[in-house]
Amino acid sequence: MLAVAAIRRPRTVSGWIVPLLLVACCIFLLIGSLQSSLFAQQTVSGLANGGIYASLGVALVLIYRATQVINFAQGALATFTTYIAWQLMSWGLGYWGAFVLTLAIAFVFGIAVELVAIRPVERRGNVLTVVIASIGVLILLEGAVGWIWGSEVKFMPSAFPARAIHVGGVAFSLQDLGTIGISIAAVVVLWALFRFTKVGLAMRASALRPEAARLVGVRVSWMLSLGWGLAAALGAVAGLMAAASPSVLLQPSMMDGVLIYAFAAAVLGGLESAAGAVVGGLAIGALLNLLGSYVSWVTPQLLLPAAFVLMLVVLLVKPSGLFGRTHVRRV
Amino acid sequence: MPPLLALRDVDARYGPLRALHGVTLTVDEGEIVALLGANGAGKTTTLRAVSGTVKRGGTIELSGRILRREGPEAVARLGVAHVPEGRGTFAELTVWENLRLGAFTRRGSLDGDVKRVLGFFPWLDGRRAQQAGTLSGGEQQMLALARAMMQRPRLLMVDEPSLGLAPLVVSEIFRILKELNEREGTAVLLVEQNARHSLAAAHRAYVLEVGRVAFDGATDALARNEAIRRSYLGY
Repeated sequence: MLAVAAIRRPRTVSGWIVPLLLVACCIFLLIGSLQSSLFAQQTVSGLANGGIYASLGVALVLIYRATQVINFAQGALATFTTYIAWQLMSWGLGYWGAFVLTLAIAFVFGIAVELVAIRPVERRGNVLTVVIASIGVLILLEGAVGWIWGSEVKFMPSAFPARAIHVGGVAFSLQDLGTIGISIAAVVVLWALFRFTKVGLAMRASALRPEAARLVGVRVSWMLSLGWGLAAALGAVAGLMAAASPSVLLQPSMMDGVLIYAFAAAVLGGLESAAGAVVGGLAIGALLNLLGSYVSWVTPQLLLPAAFVLMLVVLLVKPSGLFGRTHVRRV
Repeated sequence: MPPLLALRDVDARYGPLRALHGVTLTVDEGEIVALLGANGAGKTTTLRAVSGTVKRGGTIELSGRILRREGPEAVARLGVAHVPEGRGTFAELTVWENLRLGAFTRRGSLDGDVKRVLGFFPWLDGRRAQQAGTLSGGEQQMLALARAMMQRPRLLMVDEPSLGLAPLVVSEIFRILKELNEREGTAVLLVEQNARHSLAAAHRAYVLEVGRVAFDGATDALARNEAIRRSYLGY
């Protein structure tokens, strides 16, 4: 008999390290923010970046859980759909109208990409071929963006006024707060969909045990397409937020760096946990931003390598990440 | 009236390896049929050919409708519930989510079905929120049966329900299968190593030998036939 059972994480010593680490991290950010208004500002704008990393990271987790594949095209998909939003706005649509329409378009587009590019190679059953197909989609989409919209930087309007609100002598930009709010909201909506709806349950079942899901009548291949659609929509949220951020802007390669941070977030969270990707994304966003503003020799160019180093360390020390489950295999 | 399930000359293969060599059998409405035979005789593969989880040839008819390229999800929608060996429960999901997945293909309220199924497994009621993987082996087997019953199947296929379970639990599982059959008239196709239990529960049985039907007949006749009992059923 071969039963694969994921048992709840045992509360061993290492089981306590993760929550302790998170609490310590929160206390550090809180005390720092109370001590210095600059620290507070940098923390919030770091968390705003982190929200973007988190939503793209959750999109990666979504597809990884269903197919055990890292979707390298996730960033390019987000870029493409963000350009669609820009196009809609330049045709005169209001921000939120374009926002909603873009999510719908991204959802359909994600499903289409899965049907056209991924499913035919997935049938051959090799994870590597799917990865290569996703890199193909990445290259194709980046090329398409440059071809359709040109490679110069475009101005993306923001949903939020360029003002700041003052709380206790600290100026928080509404842009940052809005980005954090929207990213978290998007992830929460997605979580509720998975947790409370029948189709969400079927998607979880398909990811966990595809053969058993098919035996109860779930059309597993449709659930995979749906997963791609949802991931693309979530990626579009990340793209829209990133394009309005002064450190990214709307350009064909805008999500390349973001995708790396999102990878790091997902890996830090354990790759299988959406909550892990959120925590990982926020932590990486906040800590890297503080690192960049307080450590004089850390220039912006060093932040991306720092994310790589973090990823490497996690994979070496604790490959299951902060929230990942250890799979126990009974034979 | 065509039989509920009819297999004619069914073969199945795993890559180049042929596991069935022309199996012919029928299951009528309201019947419990046992599939017996040694390891590797093709019992599990026969169930998998019906549910479409293995490449099949020959003719399989479900109430006269010929199954061609239907995959497992389509066969499930036609009213066949398959509880595979190793149970096929979702260990990471809760008991309630497992039950809900059983009724996935139907719309509307589940209250009636839940009540029906909890009538067979009253202890499940208090365990709805428990993670299925933390149930004992016997409980998981029962959850798998409960999930299959939520499907409201016309035909329930159960693969080795007694595997690795304590004798008392095994008796309980067979009792429930019989009760389901008597109360709701659900037809059961049962694969089981434990010949004594399955002959007692089933109306008819087929004995498979290297991918073919070697004997078949009413269970009481098979149980009385000493030659068959000694050489195929091992008791």
